[in-house]
Amino acid sequence: MKRWSIKMPTIAVLISAMALLCAPALAQEKSIVVASTTSTQDSGLFGYLLPLVKQKLGITVKVLAQGTGQALDTARRGDADVVFVHARSAEEKFLAEGFGVKRFPVMYNDFVLIGPKGDPAGIKGKDVLTALQTIKAKSAAFVSRGDRSGTHIAELALWKKAGIDVGHDKGPWYKEIGQGMGAALNMASASNAYVLADRGTWLAFKNRGELTILVEGDKRLFNQYGVMLVNPAKHPHVKKDLGQQFIDWLVSPEGQRAIAGYKINGQQLFYPNADDPNA
Amino acid sequence: MSDFTDALRTAGLLIVHLDPEVRGIVLLSLTVSLTGSFCAFLIGSPIGTALAIYRFPGRGALIVAANALLGLPPVVVGLAIYLLLSRSGPLGSLGILFTPAAMIIAQAVLGTPIVVALVHRMMVDAWATYGDALLVDGASRLRALPSIMSIGRDGLFTAFLAAFGRAIAEVGAIIIVGGNIRDYTRTMTTAIALETSKGELSFALALGIILIVLSMIVSGLSLVVARTLTGRW
Repeated sequence: MKRWSIKMPTIAVLISAMALLCAPALAQEKSIVVASTTSTQDSGLFGYLLPLVKQKLGITVKVLAQGTGQALDTARRGDADVVFVHARSAEEKFLAEGFGVKRFPVMYNDFVLIGPKGDPAGIKGKDVLTALQTIKAKSAAFVSRGDRSGTHIAELALWKKAGIDVGHDKGPWYKEIGQGMGAALNMASASNAYVLADRGTWLAFKNRGELTILVEGDKRLFNQYGVMLVNPAKHPHVKKDLGQQFIDWLVSPEGQRAIAGYKINGQQLFYPNADDPNA
Repeated sequence: MSDFTDALRTAGLLIVHLDPEVRGIVLLSLTVSLTGSFCAFLIGSPIGTALAIYRFPGRGALIVAANALLGLPPVVVGLAIYLLLSRSGPLGSLGILFTPAAMIIAQAVLGTPIVVALVHRMMVDAWATYGDALLVDGASRLRALPSIMSIGRDGLFTAFLAAFGRAIAEVGAIIIVGGNIRDYTRTMTTAIALETSKGELSFALALGIILIVLSMIVSGLSLVVARTLTGRW
């Protein structure tokens, strides 16, 4: 029987080999980390845009799809170079704290109120505030993201506008799941509940079951996306040149055309509006 | 049932066509999990063996700790490593958050208690049988350590496979420290989580089937390697 006994030098060699393997790969390629929302990824927008960015700018964009609240936190800690999110109030707070350099509006789409085809609360075609009041009045099942994402922030703002203090009045009908858009849609689909979703994720979502759009086209459902470079003054390691190149491309006529060109089944998902200073 | 047949068919197609993205994901999963569990093995097996053959103060506490940490929730490990590696954390200057290296560290941390606990258990038995003989030969316990590890190598292999099993199946920690970045830190499990969230349930299940096949291949190959090395079939 052959014996293999573990010798100290062998262990030393193995450990140093592992250390080399475990060490970070030397960053030779040009790459940036973009903290973004689940909607930009789940809708397939990044899958379509990033190869163009790689081709045009030679930059590999590493996307963290996290939901707006978490994405801004990641950037606050200095773990991303760029944030690309959709909650203007939260973005402006981020800027005011000095974590961002400048906010650029990029594009918009809209939120849609989704529910089962049978529409047990009868909200189809109503304006969004009446629809929410009806859901509340009938205690119809409603899935909330509950994760401080842009969509969650927008949902809370809508409840408030509808005159409902959802933090106080919520009952078993209101399910805060603390997960991404896709998970919320999966849950709504499995339990025939109402849910607020961004149109991009909804269009790309496959497991719809009995779900359909019940309320849309209301001005209050507007959903603006903005992009910001993380402030190098706060986090000196931020790749400011590459990050700014990426931002400049997004808001350039070429980048804007690319965003407008992203379609699923002929339907445009995002509408570029970098030229709107108030967006 | 159509979900399952769809998933099986998709899995078959993905394997047959060697989809380049799936291939990259599989390779990354294997690299990260094998490296992570091997790190855990290198750290854990000497500790587990030492716990079996040495008597020192605090030994009992260490054994209890290793066993308790078997149930370490991956999401907690992920969060702790995230906070350590974050640019705002103590090890932020390494700049390895959201890289495969961070995922390897997470899996090594999760795997180490498994290796320690399993190796300890098996080495206690081996030491009971061979310990006296090894010491009678005049060796110190330190010199006896490699010998007893060699005698108990079957057990060491089992411990390694257990750590690998945890690593390859794990999602909670690596999705936090890796960030599930496409073509960079996306593994089988984080891809499954992502596809599920996109509502692509059959595709997600198809990836799951590939993952299971992969685990079987790895443990089969390990068995062959182990048997060849030990000469025991």
